[in-house]
Amino acid sequence: MIISKLNSSLYFKLLVCFFVTQLGFAQYTIPEKPTLATSVYDYANLLSSTEKLQLEEKLIKYSDSTTTQIVVITIESLKGEDVSQLATNWAQTWGIGQSKEDNGVIILVSKTDRKIAINPGYGLEDRLTAGIGGEIIRNIITPEFKAGSYYNGLDKGTDALIDVFKGKYKGERKQKAKEKGFPILPFIIIIVIILVLISKNKGGGGGGNSGNRGGFGPSLLDVIILSSLGRGGGGGFGGGSSGGGFGGGGFGGGFGGGGFSGGGSSGSW
Amino acid sequence: MKRFLPWIIGAVVIFGIYSYVKGINNTAVVYEQGIKEAWGNVQTSYQRRNDLIGNLVKTVQGAAEFEKSTLTAVIEARAKATAVTVDPTNITPEQLTQFNQAQSGVSSSLSRLLVSVERYPDLKANQNFLKLQDELASTENQILTARTRFNEAVKPYNNHIKVFPNSVFAGMFGFKEKPYFEAVAGAEKPVEVQF
Repeated sequence: MIISKLNSSLYFKLLVCFFVTQLGFAQYTIPEKPTLATSVYDYANLLSSTEKLQLEEKLIKYSDSTTTQIVVITIESLKGEDVSQLATNWAQTWGIGQSKEDNGVIILVSKTDRKIAINPGYGLEDRLTAGIGGEIIRNIITPEFKAGSYYNGLDKGTDALIDVFKGKYKGERKQKAKEKGFPILPFIIIIVIILVLISKNKGGGGGGNSGNRGGFGPSLLDVIILSSLGRGGGGGFGGGSSGGGFGGGGFGGGFGGGGFSGGGSSGSW
Repeated sequence: MKRFLPWIIGAVVIFGIYSYVKGINNTAVVYEQGIKEAWGNVQTSYQRRNDLIGNLVKTVQGAAEFEKSTLTAVIEARAKATAVTVDPTNITPEQLTQFNQAQSGVSSSLSRLLVSVERYPDLKANQNFLKLQDELASTENQILTARTRFNEAVKPYNNHIKVFPNSVFAGMFGFKEKPYFEAVAGAEKPVEVQF
């Protein structure tokens, strides 16, 4: 009896301790820099998969032609942090933008706090001043968010940003990602090699075996082998088999290590 | 040959000590440069806020004729803050506290001004004023970031010069411990900006 009482009070204390520390350390831990740097990280699932792809593709194409990296991140909750501060720390930790130009932009959307922040890197602060960013948030993004479409808001908002940056940076996609960008090409090469190998095998030692099966057997077998090989091959390229239409696969050269001063604008809806 | 051996050993030992001490000194110098740069960013961001206040005061004055005292309080606090300068090569805790207090004076008077402005719907609808509010909020965030990074730059420097035996040489070369930014009441809180 005494022991259980003691226990319960101990548990209570532990529980209190737990909550107090939770309060004390109520902060958002920024995820580790992802290996595949891309333009949309929809942690809060605000976008449908096609919407996400469309936005992602648009921003990667924009980065291809300008090196300017616009990254959209959505999160469930800020966990008590300031939206601008978190956006700054996040962008700095991941190093969005090129290190020399500091031309990254982070758009951070928090679902439950209904808050958004747009922070430019050092190199874009002269174009995207806080006033202009604030106007974009107030007049373009949040009205769409209020109307219920996160995609429309982010799509139109990023269009507005691209307009603001027009002509500042030009660039080419970095070589490293070009290989990543077209997973279809090595895929085709492998299929061709397999085809050649199979046809050679058939020609060389196919005498006794194929004679029994007639005309249909081998070709059907070939199809099955090929299709299964094809599927296996596709998996090897990081799920590239379905990405035929999407020429992205992330930013060329990944995040370049751009710096952020903490300037930017924020708003709520 | 034997006659020279002690000399050679002596030279090697002296050279060893020399490069060791040189390393301590140079690392401290490098860290100190980092602090200087970080301090530069702190000052730039505060300076930017002071510049913005000029514009803000003009906009507010034009749009709303209300308590002059709120405006003058901001202007005075700003004047006081610009008068406090800190030499980045020789930041003392007293200087930093003074700087901190002057700037937090600006922060608090500024937030009072922005709160009282809430009563003027014309001003709240003014695009120019809204932009200014954005700029101010942005600058507050820049200030916070710059202060954090300043502290981050100070930490390795202090660690470097305070560890034994570095502390002995650091004292000889005149490297002093640098103060951290600490939160003065109200200074950490960014200006309340309501949309």
